[in-house]
Order: sequence, then C-alpha cells, then structure tokens
Amino acid sequence: MLKNLCQKMFGRSLWVYHANSGGCNGCDIEVVNCLTPYYDVERFGIKLVGSPRHADVMLCQGPANRSTANALKRAYEAMPNPKLVFAIGSCACGGGVWFDSYAVLGPAEKIVPVNYYIPGCPPRPEAIIWGVAVAAGLVEKKTAPVTFKQVELPIPRYHPEELKGKGELIVYEKAARPGY
Amino acid sequence: MSILSKLMEAQVCLEAGRVTMPYPFQPRTPPTTFRGRPIFDGKKCIGCAGCANNCPAREILVFDPCQEIRVLKYLGRRCTYCGRCADLCPEKAITMSGEFENGTNAIGDISQTIELFMSTCQRCGRCFDEPTEGKRNPLEKLKMKGYRFDDLKNERWIFRSQAYLEGQPVVDDIAIDLKD
Repeated sequence: MLKNLCQKMFGRSLWVYHANSGGCNGCDIEVVNCLTPYYDVERFGIKLVGSPRHADVMLCQGPANRSTANALKRAYEAMPNPKLVFAIGSCACGGGVWFDSYAVLGPAEKIVPVNYYIPGCPPRPEAIIWGVAVAAGLVEKKTAPVTFKQVELPIPRYHPEELKGKGELIVYEKAARPGY
Repeated sequence: MSILSKLMEAQVCLEAGRVTMPYPFQPRTPPTTFRGRPIFDGKKCIGCAGCANNCPAREILVFDPCQEIRVLKYLGRRCTYCGRCADLCPEKAITMSGEFENGTNAIGDISQTIELFMSTCQRCGRCFDEPTEGKRNPLEKLKMKGYRFDDLKNERWIFRSQAYLEGQPVVDDIAIDLKD
C-alpha cells in the first residue's frame, strides 16, 4: 500500500544528467532553457544533476565522436539501473550534418542504447518538454511514419506493339493527374 | 537590512505573478517564421529527386525498384530543418510545417515515404533502366564523376565515384589524362 503510494508519488521525478559528446552547445542551451521559470520542468520533478551516479536519465547531445565515445560509454555505465537515455538534437539522433566526417562515429545509439529521440537542430524547449512528457506518460506521441502510394498511372502508357495493324491515327491526351 | 531586502525580493516576485506556461497540457503555436518538420505531399511530387541531391544531411533517399516506380524516403533523423528541399522543389510539394512535437521512442516514426509512378517515354514506353550496383546503364555512364545507389533497406546513402582513381578513366569511352 505504502509502496504503491510512493511509486505513484515519486515514480516520475526524473533526475537528468546531460552529456555533451561533441555537440555545438545549441542543444545544451535549449536544455538549460527548459529549467528556467518560463518553461519550468521542475514541476514534473525533473532536476539537473552533476554526476551520472545520481541520474535516472542521460540527455545525450552531439554525435558519438571518436574521442568522446569512451567517455560517453563510461558515463552510461556509471548510471544506476533503471536508466533511460534521451537523444536530443539531430546530432544525437542521426549523426548531424557532419555524419561523414572522419571524427564522427555516428549517432549516440551506436555507443549507448537510446530510448527516446527528440529531433531538431536545435529542438525548441517545448519540443524537449514534449519528448520528456511522452517518456513520463503525460501526453501521447504525435508522430507516425507516413507512406504515400500512387495507385494509378498519371499518364497513359504508349504501347507501340498494341497499335500494329490498326491503321488509324490515335491521339493520346494527357490525363488529369490525381490531386489536381 | 537582510529582512528588508528579502521583503523587497518577495514583493518583486509577487508583482511578476505567474510566468510559467502550462505547456504540455495546453498547445503552443510557434512563430510563423519557425521552420519545423518538412511535410512531403505525394500528390504534387513529380519524383525529380532534386531534394535528395541537395539535402546537406543526405537524409532523402531515392530508389527505383523497377522501371516505372520511384521510391523517395525522407528519414529525418539528422535533418536540420534548413528548408533547402522546400526552397528547391519545382512543384512546391515540400512545405516546412510548424510541427516541432516530434519526440518519439522509435526513430522510424519521423520517416516519410513516397512511392510514385514515373512518367514513361512517349516514344518507347519506358523509363530508363533501373540503376544497379554493379552494372551501369547508359544514363549513369553519362554522369562524369560517379553514380548514386541508395540502400533503402539499411537506410544508407551511397555515392560511388570513379573519377579520381588512378589508372581508371572517368567515363568508359572518354579517357582523361590526370597526370599533366
């Protein structure tokens, strides 16, 4: 009874540790912006801590660089279980625009298992709050993969082999494309 | 003195009132100049792949699985929302929306796929040959520096270049002497 009550009351206070493994500092500023009174994330129990040993969540910013990959892995291993990793920004989600550089190994998920992705370059503070709220179960996620398939040919095909032996002039008109 | 300063501080805080926004529970619209996630309109797209060629993050893949079908896949992992694709699209099929609430637990959620029928040649009834990794069709031979072969399964962007390999001509039938 008391355990359930405690889990309900203290279950969603995430202590975050922010690990920059070679980003441009843009995402760091947005993360710090989330902690300001304007977008006060401490009302959800989120608190920035200085050591990975105190943290529940690691906020990864920046790609996995050749020189920082080991440090990122060690910081992840120092966190106590259960632990979550958020990839914030397009560098941590996919490697950034310098993905093909010799120093960049790739996205943060190459080094540590990433649970939540917040794309953006940099993401707005609202986007970071939204991602954290999705993780905490406060809101439903909005994105879903979109697939568009054309079902009919926009232009009639011309088959020279079908025209053999007819002996008449056929004028092909361009059919209206779907959606116009 | 200290009590007086604390009281003055309290008065300043009371005058400011509440500044924290109730963000994740109430929607918030970004400014109109904000560039969010690009939205691909499959009904307007003609499959010219100009967006794929000009994406700085190489996040738009093009693949022709057969002669008449072209698949465009926007992955969005390391998209920096620069808006070059929307600026360049001749049909204005790409719009930079104001969507920023893209936090998700699976990175595939932000991908968009368009499957298009390509217009065929009115004389021969075909598009050009499908590109393959090993053999090169006449269209690819026309390209001077190399050719593109996107890997949709592994979501990779591949560009093979043979231009500056020593001892290899740039195009099969044109020999350019590199050592002058």
